[in-house]
Amino acid sequence: MIGNDKIINIEHLSKSFDGKKVLDDINLYVKRGEFLTLLGPSGCGKTTILRMIAGFLQPDEGVITLDGKDIAGLPPHMRPLNTVFQRYALFPHLDVYDNIAFGLKLKKTPEEEIDERVRRVLKLVAMSDYEDRDVSTLSGGQQQRIAIARAIVNQPKVLLLDEPLAALDLKMRKDMQIELKEMHKKLGITFIYVTHDQEEALTLSDTIVVINEGKIQQIGAPIDIYNEPVNCFVADFIGESNILKGRMMRDRRVAFLKHEFDCVDEGFGEDVPVDVVVRPEDIYFTTDPAKCQFTAKVNSCTFKGVHYEMWVDTDTGYELMIQDYDPYPVGSEVMLYIDPDDIQVMKKERTDNSFPAKVTGEGKVEFLETEFECNTEGFEEGDDVTASIRFEKVDLLDHEEDADLTGNIVSILYMGNHYHLTVKTEAGENIWVDSNDIWDKGDFVGIKILPEDIKLSKATQGNE
Amino acid sequence: MNAKKVLAKTYIGLVLVILYAPIVFIAIFSFTEAKSLGNWTGFSIDLYRNLFTGSMQNSAGLLSALENTLLIALIASVVATFLGTVAAIGIFNLKGAKKNTMNFLNNIPMINPDIITGVSLFLLFVFLHISQGYVTVILAHITFCTPYVVLNVLPKLSQMNPNIYEAALDLGATPSQALRKVLIPVLRPGMVSGFILSFTMSLDDFAVTFFTRGTIGLETLSTYIYADARKGGLTPELKPLMTIIFLFILMVLLFINIRQSKNTEKK
Repeated sequence: MIGNDKIINIEHLSKSFDGKKVLDDINLYVKRGEFLTLLGPSGCGKTTILRMIAGFLQPDEGVITLDGKDIAGLPPHMRPLNTVFQRYALFPHLDVYDNIAFGLKLKKTPEEEIDERVRRVLKLVAMSDYEDRDVSTLSGGQQQRIAIARAIVNQPKVLLLDEPLAALDLKMRKDMQIELKEMHKKLGITFIYVTHDQEEALTLSDTIVVINEGKIQQIGAPIDIYNEPVNCFVADFIGESNILKGRMMRDRRVAFLKHEFDCVDEGFGEDVPVDVVVRPEDIYFTTDPAKCQFTAKVNSCTFKGVHYEMWVDTDTGYELMIQDYDPYPVGSEVMLYIDPDDIQVMKKERTDNSFPAKVTGEGKVEFLETEFECNTEGFEEGDDVTASIRFEKVDLLDHEEDADLTGNIVSILYMGNHYHLTVKTEAGENIWVDSNDIWDKGDFVGIKILPEDIKLSKATQGNE
Repeated sequence: MNAKKVLAKTYIGLVLVILYAPIVFIAIFSFTEAKSLGNWTGFSIDLYRNLFTGSMQNSAGLLSALENTLLIALIASVVATFLGTVAAIGIFNLKGAKKNTMNFLNNIPMINPDIITGVSLFLLFVFLHISQGYVTVILAHITFCTPYVVLNVLPKLSQMNPNIYEAALDLGATPSQALRKVLIPVLRPGMVSGFILSFTMSLDDFAVTFFTRGTIGLETLSTYIYADARKGGLTPELKPLMTIIFLFILMVLLFINIRQSKNTEKK
């Protein structure tokens, strides 16, 4: 059913609100008839993309084409697309029938045809007896069905869905997921679906587009995104995972957990730092010493319904999460191994913090809108330089005094034996910090960098 | 406990008596013929008959004052409803400090004493060389009615699902169709109560009208009654007139209340 032609093509799409970039160079296409999901945490820009496709927002830069035609100048009511809104947005002054018939009546469709089509979609959403009901008397799930019916009755080329199930309770949400998938099959309409729920995305989609901070992280089929995340963000956001620092020794050989493992990845080069992801269900217990790659001690064991979730401490001092159908007693020594297939090696996005900086005087340098002291030997006042600070050399303080600058923790990644934190400074720049301390997302922190930990080098093109 | 209850009931009764005594007083004395207020000379509906047959002194003046009042109230409240609704939509779409400022500016005219509004409008019209009469009175009434419409429409906007207008566009409505078929029907209850409030505010206004009507002899009910009372006692036929106006307002209020309770029942 899925054709190969692109129904929607988006190129170099960018958008800023109040000078803040919310979308940065988005490129993606939607194939005719497919179920595509825009997935990301709240505020990542996914709804903004949807609203630009619908025509409620104009892009700052970039082109959106529908069936090969640029739709930039087309107002929303001229676009052959329909939207299902997050909180239904039914018309409270109209009954169920008139809500659904709204679009058809505007197009001056003959009365009998309206009648027939409204009946048909009501049957499709299993709401046949509700025609004359006032929409305010319907439950949330029923209102959502009517909102879907109101959109698909117009036979749009593309149906846009903006977190349509977010307001429903869990059970209802699961049922509606199945129904949506069925509907998509039956109708053959292209669906573009926005959600922050990774499980929903994995269940429903043909293609998932993972977005974070206004940038596309990865595009792919659910299974590929799950098995082969391209970076730590995707690995962490989708499913449970153990994310660890590693080093690619050579092709098909990677070191992490202070052990060496066979893997299937090639082309990273030799002796290159990488990130490694191992899903908790891909670490196996064994009793065969020949198979054992490393040992660990079970630290906790929790029953999760289908499987047990265990945290283990490895012989080399890392914590790992393992999921298995059989429990192992807390405190027991276990032998573990990982299949080469199940090790996902990812290119490191960054190996340290580096900022464009300016030497402001003897022993003084300015970056992140702050003046720091450091060794400026070999540089003149006014030189443009790059300041590098290693992740573990950035100190976080829980107070503002003594701090060089302040920021908020925006994301936390557990790396087996330490936390990798992203701190957004007040100037809106990110600093990455390796820390053993436990912080919470959203914490306001002071940032302190010692003079000897700032390394200067000649400014190079393309650093950030 | 019991004594407390009795006390509470007496208190509320007393408050109601004080509130309504003057109106009841007028209503009762509209059914007697006595020229001077407070004299009961037996039950009679002659005053009502005089009022409707026009056989009272200067009935033409009263009739034209009534006509003026209704016409001014109608025009002013229709225009104010339109202006107020548009303004409410504008204010609603503002953000943060701007929104608060506009809300604040909208509230000032409502609490500003009528006499100040009247005098300042009078000075403004003089300054602008606008000859005072019908037009200035209507302009003045629109000025003090509009904030009440804004106040009635704003809550409807915040109750409204913010995506409703977009949903209409999405389904193929042009912006003006979306306004007519979705936005206005959804805001209608607020607009209706704003209109009714404006109408009654305009009906009973004295101070603003007095200062803006100029010298062409334009009379509304309130200025007519004021002048009449100063001229040597209230014309007796005004008593039944006031009773009728009171009953009319009472009915409008009942109508609004019943409608509102019906609306809340629905939800």
